[in-house]
Amino acid sequence: MDIKSEPSSRSSGEPAQTTEDRRWRLVNRTMRMHGNEPHALIETLHSVQEHFGFLDLDALKYVAGALRVPLSRVYAVATFYHYFTLKPPGEHTCVVCKGTACYIGGASSILDSIQQEVGIGPGETTSDGQISLLTARCLGSCGLAPATVFDGQICGRMTSAAVLERIRRWTNHDTGD
Amino acid sequence: MTLAIEDLEGIAKIEKERQEGFRHRINVCIAAGCLSCQSGLVREALEKEVGRRGMENWCLVKGVGCLGLCAAGPLISVEPDGVYYQGVTVSDVSEILDSLGGSPIGRLHCPAQSPFFTRQHRIVTENCGKIDPERIEDYIAERGYEALYTVLRSMTPGEVIEQVVASGMRGRGGAGFPSGLKWTAVSKAVNNTKFVICNADEGDPGAFMDRSVLESDPHRVIEGMAIAAYAVGARHGYVYVRAEYPLAVKRVRTAIAQAERLGVLGSGIFNTRFDFKIEVRLGAGAFVCGEETALIASIEGRLGRPRPRPPFPAEFGLWGCPTLINNVETLANIPPIVRNGGRWLAGIGTEKSKGTKVFALAGRVNNTGLIEVPMGTILRDIVFDIGGGIPEGRQFKAVQTGGPSGGCIPEQHLDMPVDYESLAAVGSIMGSGGMIIMDDASCMVDVAQFFMEFCMSESCGKCVPCRVGTTQIYHLLRKITNGTGKPSDLAMLEELCDLVKNTSLCGLGQTAPNPVISTLRYFRNEYLEHIDDKTCQAGACKIGSVREAL
Repeated sequence: MDIKSEPSSRSSGEPAQTTEDRRWRLVNRTMRMHGNEPHALIETLHSVQEHFGFLDLDALKYVAGALRVPLSRVYAVATFYHYFTLKPPGEHTCVVCKGTACYIGGASSILDSIQQEVGIGPGETTSDGQISLLTARCLGSCGLAPATVFDGQICGRMTSAAVLERIRRWTNHDTGD
Repeated sequence: MTLAIEDLEGIAKIEKERQEGFRHRINVCIAAGCLSCQSGLVREALEKEVGRRGMENWCLVKGVGCLGLCAAGPLISVEPDGVYYQGVTVSDVSEILDSLGGSPIGRLHCPAQSPFFTRQHRIVTENCGKIDPERIEDYIAERGYEALYTVLRSMTPGEVIEQVVASGMRGRGGAGFPSGLKWTAVSKAVNNTKFVICNADEGDPGAFMDRSVLESDPHRVIEGMAIAAYAVGARHGYVYVRAEYPLAVKRVRTAIAQAERLGVLGSGIFNTRFDFKIEVRLGAGAFVCGEETALIASIEGRLGRPRPRPPFPAEFGLWGCPTLINNVETLANIPPIVRNGGRWLAGIGTEKSKGTKVFALAGRVNNTGLIEVPMGTILRDIVFDIGGGIPEGRQFKAVQTGGPSGGCIPEQHLDMPVDYESLAAVGSIMGSGGMIIMDDASCMVDVAQFFMEFCMSESCGKCVPCRVGTTQIYHLLRKITNGTGKPSDLAMLEELCDLVKNTSLCGLGQTAPNPVISTLRYFRNEYLEHIDDKTCQAGACKIGSVREAL
């Protein structure tokens, strides 16, 4: 069945074919663990996003075929849940928590200052693909509000200045290379 | 593999002896809060330095769950001295090891006698900060899985439910439905296949109780689930946990694997005919999935949209089978109820709200962190005594409970006891336990707008009152906060709130107007200031540009 074959080239443009195969093997493993049943859809999408960083149309088509779920339903699920993203993330990601405690603690001014510094709002990526800015509903680190995640590392008690300092480290490093 | 009580006792004994064999035990908090202040590095540095000094045989460095006072992280506790250190960094490691057995380091000392620690009553969190969440032996040493053994070997399912009924336990997820009734309903449902679900989809922003419990003591929740499964006749369980809590997910998975290996999960547990398996399902960032029918849809791999009840999940739940859904904290209360009897829990708390409640204290308060207090504790004591009051000498304004479904409680109601009924009487709800303190720098209209924006974007879109109503309310609030509101908007707000509250399908819509209703009730003057004077006293709303334009 054609639709069940793994997508050969991905729009993310990952060159190494072998690592790509390995990642698909991990996704296939998730589906197999759930008996390739339609109810494995969300778990499978988690697996795709974990290994590829985002969900693109090829991946959605592949999962739809493998789990025998209509593509429309796969797309509905992928867009209903906020955790899933259909856009490729930038080289670095900065997630600003917008939970209540962080909001009270000044998360919006942090977002404003990032917007001023690098010119992107929540959900956007810089044009050079270097930095993505995201917001989170609540990271559960309310004791350390406001909290921000830089490339997966949670940092608490942030200020606009501290966040910008971290972001500049990324941009400076990249121009210095 | 069959496990007898002697085996459990044996494991507990060996583990206790192992730990007591160390002259000093250093517990480093490795829950998410402290980890984000680099407590992982502190732990590594301690282990390395202990190794370098050749102290491995008499000094144990152990990662433990949440010690509670997240504001002072990274926290460590030194046993058996009972000394707490706060704000520890890698450079303090040598000094800490030097001080063992001597006098504590004053610079880092965190007073264990402060009200934050002494006024708590820890049942759910009794093992948090004490045991290593990644070692089942440590849990067993604290009488873990003993309750499950007692239940399987010497109690009938009916007797277990009797204890839960006697405890007066009410669901800790927010609505406060009596747990005993829920269990009874599922146990009476006639079906060979039943399920138990642990609701760990803690979507309420500002709440982190479930995260902390899962990260600090995952086996407690697993044991609670197994007991519940036996009582209602289920053989399969799911933990539905937020994907945003990677550490909690990892610890629960580790705990399940350990429990299976030991034989406290799986087939023929404790040599009985009881089989029970648990799987983890990841949430994907939809607040509405905290609602039980939406959660079930999500486990089935579908859109997380609620459906009308009845039929309740107790008769028609996961894949159409009777399903028991309980919150993390509710399930964590079960093992102690079995060990000590339902009456014991019923002796704690108030007449209608029994036991303790874990709160996540955050916002403008000195001691942010996780606390557990008996039901009926006075709100003022929580804020000013346990919480240590408002930082920077600012003025207390309100305490928000229940997140986007709750309300803001002003100063004049601070002397009330915290229980389900009292909170409802002042227009808020218990909720899952988030407690956000606000000071005079917070604008209540802005806060109401914040929550309404949340509900608007989290509305699943299935029913019109919630989908359209939350958007309309949000736009009205937007108008007020940007200085273009009219006096007639308040009446419209009230009418809309009433409509959304009474006609929405599920709890999300029915409670979404609560933050607006409660702020209109207690802080109406702030709304009027925004509308009539075009000013925001707190300075949170950007009205300035509009005023210049006028």
